[in-house]
Amino acid sequence: MGREVSESCIDSLLTEIVSSYTTRFYVNKPELAARTIEAIGYQVGHQLSERYTMDRPRFSDHLEAIKFICKDFWSELFKKQIDNLKTNHRGTFVLQDNRFRWLSRVSNPVLDDLSAKDPEALARNKAALAETKAAQATSMLLNFPCGIIRGALSNLGIPCAVSADISNLPTCSFVVRIKA
Amino acid sequence: MAPPPRSGDAIFANVDRVNAELFTLTYGAIVRQLLTDLEEVDEVNKQLDQMGYNIGIRLIDEFLAKSNVSNCVDFKETAEVIAKVGFKMFLGVTASVTNWDAEGTTCSIILEDNPLVDFVELPDTCQGLYYCNILSGVVRGALEMVSMKTEITWVRDMLRGDDAFELRLKLLKQVPEEYPYKDDE
Repeated sequence: MGREVSESCIDSLLTEIVSSYTTRFYVNKPELAARTIEAIGYQVGHQLSERYTMDRPRFSDHLEAIKFICKDFWSELFKKQIDNLKTNHRGTFVLQDNRFRWLSRVSNPVLDDLSAKDPEALARNKAALAETKAAQATSMLLNFPCGIIRGALSNLGIPCAVSADISNLPTCSFVVRIKA
Repeated sequence: MAPPPRSGDAIFANVDRVNAELFTLTYGAIVRQLLTDLEEVDEVNKQLDQMGYNIGIRLIDEFLAKSNVSNCVDFKETAEVIAKVGFKMFLGVTASVTNWDAEGTTCSIILEDNPLVDFVELPDTCQGLYYCNILSGVVRGALEMVSMKTEITWVRDMLRGDDAFELRLKLLKQVPEEYPYKDDE
């Protein structure tokens, strides 16, 4: 077993980079903040996949590399594998994690607080605003794992674009489109 | 009766843990990105400290909830708790406390093993960088939440060739606890 740290360490870092880049460095420039957080993830994915593939033979095709991400790579990071993998056999892969760890703690403190105090009087517009903000923070955070996957695959010689779909929380689907 | 305080080891054994490489490389990537975005090393030091502070003011709640530590009688006890329980329960490493001044308001926390710097080597262009500045920020933020204003500086840094990391903690003032209640409540 390698060295471990408390999960709060990584959770705190992720929360803080999202908050730093969106509220301090790139205020009102969400695209730039998103790209930067993705770039940080890319760097991490690139280095991790380098480390985790040191002792293995090269992958024979894209599917083998994707399977490595779903199994070994995901297990190192999240102590579980990707739950479901789909592909259209034309370069698009959907990696579905039924309970993505980095989302399981994303709650909505503002909303929870409001509804706990007085569910009746919960001002609808306030709630909607809080919901929007939380959703924005969540989608901003997801740039990080998308970057990790893109960085990992790029290190394996597979250029691609990665996006995340969270329409079925806490399920998170990462859509990988390999560039021809 | 309040539950007894728990040791750092006991807490660390029971918290959810992750692969330290992920944490270390993520932190490294953040520092690298800040160096690119902010250009000035001094500004990076400042921002790392600020990020740490923001983390510290949130992390103190988890620390108090999980450790069951009661009010420390003095700053000496506080420093010991940070070193033995705080560092252990989050980073999985133990630090030690030394070099007290006569007044008992300044001391050093020594860290010989630091997961933040695994695989890290600083290039010449980053000589002024306090790579672990986030840690001092975390401690400062956490202490401020329990009414202690501190000033924290790095005295020794293994990335600068020293034999250990040494954080100098200086207690500036202890803000008396105020009742958070207003008269009309």
